Amino acid sequence: MSEIGFSRRALLKSAAIGAAGMTLNLGGIRGALGAADLTVGVVYVGARDDFGWNQAHAVAIKSLKDVPGVKVVEEENVPETDAVSKSMESMINLDGAGLILATSFGYYLPFVVDLAKKYPDAQFRHAAPLWNKDKDPKNAGSYFGYLNQAHYVNGVAAGLSTKTNKIGFVAAKPIASVLSNINSVLLGARSVNPNATVQVIFTGDWSLPVREAEAANALVDAGCDVITCHVDGPKVVIETAEKRGAKTCGHNASQAPLAPKGFVTGAEYKWITIYKGYASDLAEGKTLSNFTAGGYEVDFVQNTPFGAGASEEGKKAALAAIDGLKAKKPIYVGPLKDNKGKVVIDKTYDNLDPFLDKMDYLLEGVGGSTT
Amino acid sequence: MSNAPIASDASREIVSPTATPPARSDFADRLRANSEYAVIPLFALLIAAVLFALFLLAIGKSPVDFVAYVWRGGFGTAFSLQNTLQRSAPLILTALAVAVPARIGLIMIGGEGALVLGGFAAAALAIPLINGHAPVTLTLILMAVFGMLVGGFWVGLSGFLRYARGVNETISSLLLTYIGIAIMNFFVEGALRDLSNPNKPSTMPIGDAYMVGKIPGTQVHWGFAFGLILCAALYVLMTRTTFGFAARVTGGNLRAALAQGLPVGRLIVACSAIAGACAGLAGFFEVTAIQGRANASLAAGYGFTGILVSFLARHNPLAIPPVAILLGGLVASGGLIQRRMDLPDATVLVLQGLIFVVLLTSETLYGRFAIFRPAGGRDRT
Repeated sequence: MSEIGFSRRALLKSAAIGAAGMTLNLGGIRGALGAADLTVGVVYVGARDDFGWNQAHAVAIKSLKDVPGVKVVEEENVPETDAVSKSMESMINLDGAGLILATSFGYYLPFVVDLAKKYPDAQFRHAAPLWNKDKDPKNAGSYFGYLNQAHYVNGVAAGLSTKTNKIGFVAAKPIASVLSNINSVLLGARSVNPNATVQVIFTGDWSLPVREAEAANALVDAGCDVITCHVDGPKVVIETAEKRGAKTCGHNASQAPLAPKGFVTGAEYKWITIYKGYASDLAEGKTLSNFTAGGYEVDFVQNTPFGAGASEEGKKAALAAIDGLKAKKPIYVGPLKDNKGKVVIDKTYDNLDPFLDKMDYLLEGVGGSTT
Repeated sequence: MSNAPIASDASREIVSPTATPPARSDFADRLRANSEYAVIPLFALLIAAVLFALFLLAIGKSPVDFVAYVWRGGFGTAFSLQNTLQRSAPLILTALAVAVPARIGLIMIGGEGALVLGGFAAAALAIPLINGHAPVTLTLILMAVFGMLVGGFWVGLSGFLRYARGVNETISSLLLTYIGIAIMNFFVEGALRDLSNPNKPSTMPIGDAYMVGKIPGTQVHWGFAFGLILCAALYVLMTRTTFGFAARVTGGNLRAALAQGLPVGRLIVACSAIAGACAGLAGFFEVTAIQGRANASLAAGYGFTGILVSFLARHNPLAIPPVAILLGGLVASGGLIQRRMDLPDATVLVLQGLIFVVLLTSETLYGRFAIFRPAGGRDRT
């Protein structure tokens, strides 16, 4: 990643000239805020140590705290109701936050949009590709990582680490971003192992630990020897598979410590790239980008360092796949059929093509159904 | 639970409906007896505060800071106070959903399900109305009524099962909550899904024009005002009408009520349905004042927090608003406490838990202090 230049002087200078869109620290009680120049408010929907989505953000926020002149205030377990609206408003009113990072999908509509209209001097960025340039306020925006690229790498490593050629996938809901991850695992595995298949079980909701454990067990029983997942907290799936002696690929954050024997690699976000970019843009008085999205080519996603479960050829192929993705090598090389035999991808699409965001199918080679 | 002073008021009315206004000494007696219901809870709150202060000291945090942040985050600024009132709005309505059945002797905890289904029903009804460009006021009234009907039906079902089949209403209302949430998810992820929103299954948005606004001059939505009105109305219903009296007699002694020929079944179902309607109205406001659509975010736990509020208010509709505001303030300041004191989110839950346990324990203190006893040795029980 390209290190972003960051000096205290630049921050102070921009503060002095009153950078646009930057609300200065309005002072808190008892000097709790110290001498920070930019206060960033972060809201999480769950716990910061959930081994999943929230942890991925919290890890990045932790290193954002080391940036001079940046003060961070965080709130966890904030539900997707007006509670989040009030939490963000409280950060602006009581902590003087100039940048709000809303990290859960359901925070955007209506809460982030309404609040951005109400507080035009504060900047709001939301972690999902929802910002609409025709309708939504200019001080709001979206940032997102194309995690399916890292899942593709999972698939490559898994395809060469499996003995049964069956990869199990525990998924929450059959929505576009989940389906894209499942299909990417298949295409990654098939790119190195034409016999590989993916078996998917949908649990129906984002956090159902009991059903996730049942699904992981069922997949192992069905002969899958590498298990991966897309649920809010992958902890249960990874631990269950490890106990059953299956290998595992992670999701969202690093689950390597949970599976010392079978961990292969994992798909992780690298939010810090985006967060540091925001902080430095604000410090230099630049207007923040309203839409920031990408994958390996812009260093927004990464793979967890290989664990004991990864085979040597798997590691080599995965590293080569990462180089390919950095060079924008496409994942979806058409034409491709869905698992009912219908051609759903007519030609080769670029990795960030909006066509792929509307995915509502499982590709041929994936066992399971979206309905 | 002990509703002694209210019951004795009401029974006096029934015995002599044309009673003359009470004499002054009677008023003093009543003040003395009723002050017990203020002094003991306040004392319990104080004990809980002391216990919580010890907890904070044990983990090396300052209780003084904590109080300062609760004040600032929950009440101390105009923003904080409105934050608190807004958070208390759904709690007032869901607490009523527990308090009304409690008067007839039912522990009904299905407010969450009625809230979710009521909100969902309102949002579902809105789709054809808005597509047909129905007038805003009419649409909102129909949505509210439909939400209350569906919520009322859902909790009424538990009441009916209690009366007709002897099914434990606590269990059935809790289980119906999960069924209610599943029904909403079924439609929101299926037939009624807004396809333009691929990643968060929701119904069609009702649009800004059809949203219920804020109370003028504030940042608090109308659900708060309707909560207060309903608290007053249901207090009158339960304490000043024959319906309320009959319900309380049934709650006090079912056999006596049956022997008197009271329509016990209808009373039970009616109280349950009123409860469900309150929660359904809370769901309507969540949809029309907050979310703008129905989705899984409706199941945010308001129905369960309402149980706590109702118990703390001793199922008295007039005590519900202050208790809900107190809890709303604690939750509202919870964020500031997390941010400034570096305490986990669960800290406020520890305080809530302590308050709950100490208040329930304090129930045993009623009637033990001579100072609250009316002069003249009239026994309250």
